[in-house]
Amino acid sequence: MYGLICCVSVMLPTLELDLDLTIRWLVAFLRDELQTRRGINHAVLGLSGGVDSAVAAALCVRALGRERVTAFALPYRTSSPASLRDAQAVADQVQIRLEIRDITAAVDGYLLSEPDADPRRRGNVMARVRMLVLFDQSAKLAALPIGTGNKTERLLGYYTWHADDAPPLNPLGDLFKTQIWAVATALGLPSQVISKPPSADLEADQTDEGDLGIRYQVADQILDLLLRGYRDPALLERGFAATDIALVRGRLDATHWKRHLPTTAMISATAINESYLRPVDW
Amino acid sequence: MHSEYLELALVQTKPRKGPVAANRDALRALLLPLQAAPPDVILLPEAALTGYFLEGATLECALTREEIADELAGVWRSVSSAPVEFVCGFYEQASGVVYNSAIAVAITSDTLEILHVHRKLFLPTYGVFDEARFVKRGRRVRTYTGVRLPSAIAICEDAWHALVPTIAAMKGAQLLFVPSASPAREPRDGEFENLRQWEAILRGIAREHGMFVCYAGLTGFEGGKGMSGGSCVIDPSGDLVARASNFEAEVLRVRLDLADLAVARAALPLLGDLRNVWADLLRECDVTDA
Repeated sequence: MYGLICCVSVMLPTLELDLDLTIRWLVAFLRDELQTRRGINHAVLGLSGGVDSAVAAALCVRALGRERVTAFALPYRTSSPASLRDAQAVADQVQIRLEIRDITAAVDGYLLSEPDADPRRRGNVMARVRMLVLFDQSAKLAALPIGTGNKTERLLGYYTWHADDAPPLNPLGDLFKTQIWAVATALGLPSQVISKPPSADLEADQTDEGDLGIRYQVADQILDLLLRGYRDPALLERGFAATDIALVRGRLDATHWKRHLPTTAMISATAINESYLRPVDW
Repeated sequence: MHSEYLELALVQTKPRKGPVAANRDALRALLLPLQAAPPDVILLPEAALTGYFLEGATLECALTREEIADELAGVWRSVSSAPVEFVCGFYEQASGVVYNSAIAVAITSDTLEILHVHRKLFLPTYGVFDEARFVKRGRRVRTYTGVRLPSAIAICEDAWHALVPTIAAMKGAQLLFVPSASPAREPRDGEFENLRQWEAILRGIAREHGMFVCYAGLTGFEGGKGMSGGSCVIDPSGDLVARASNFEAEVLRVRLDLADLAVARAALPLLGDLRNVWADLLRECDVTDA
């Protein structure tokens, strides 16, 4: 009598990376794009106290040397003091200057005339003022601002358009949040920065996962499968909850526009990025 | 009488995005160390002197085969008076049509002979690639008489399709040059997955057909996409002889022992077996109803 063996392929693609190779590759990216292509030898970045900017800072130090990296803490009056302490801990560990620019006056200078602005609008103003500071400091230091947005927040649209995504270089934008944590650990960054709940720190007690309604470990797996072309039944088969799948797909589909340049009305036969196509490094 | 060795230099370029002329000095700098002991053949990657992702600027950077031959000869003659053969990937302009091509050209101090131009057949147009939008495809797989061995060229995805190297081998090629531009993806277990797959493919080609396979990979970041380098040489037994780094422009010198060909083909005579059944296989090639 013959037995019947059934094999069903419901494997999850791994999000594991070779961390040493990833780090060396990202360092090479920063050197190539900053020094070789642009002739710029100095990086500027905002150090929030969170893990993303900590990883970006450590990578910049490896790429350029600590003397050529300037970090800015950009607190608003409601920002958590713990964030500033964590930012300082990161700066101390990677041995870079941390300059503090309080953005309260700049933000409130505008919001004074908008007293009814809700937390979301206030958060957007803060994010844009922070980027204003980083670009201005870059001009002052002959530097380039470095982006710190990760792939998860980019795909979920969890950032302020033309603020967090504004820097012309981003070493982290193709790494999911869970991969950022792994890279941070490999870089030996302070444990409290890696283990604390991620937060935009725009409001008291805010956390990313609270805002999003899903854990990063789950969101990252779902996003990865969606981007590889799997459909909902395949995700259900792999054990993900229908509500989580719907949440992630909803945010992904609703925010494609944030990952593009502004939509421009086409008139001519030479429309930029439609007919006139040049790579960014042309 | 020819020596039993072929001296090869794989020149892993890291071009600035732009026309070939903008990369002359960088190429010369890479070639200068070859002055002391000039190789027989210098292999460069796909789009070696312009960068790979050119989009609408492909036409602006495309040269005729005569123009790229002149460029290579000009740079080499400023380095050495020794005869050499180049195999170099470039965007080719011919009668107003642009191709992703590679040229084989023999250069001496006062002569210049174009030995062969291979036009890429398989234009990747998926994922990060968009070639078919900007270049037309080639139609032929030909061999040519190189400095030591009958040779053929397969550009990047050409080599991923078993038929291209198979036809080249059946036409007598004993050496396959593979200029490539392969963006690094998926770093796992000490290697990028694209390079892991490349090595498996190249070793499979070499072993199946008992031929030398020489791969030159572009390096440098192009708009965030890092070309993975990893230039390498595989011997006719399918073993890795040497490999360059993933990251940097560099030159990999390799001496090929041509006696390896006969040994490998005697040990694993798959090409001879294929030749025996080729006619039958050709009759099975009608797949229109498959």
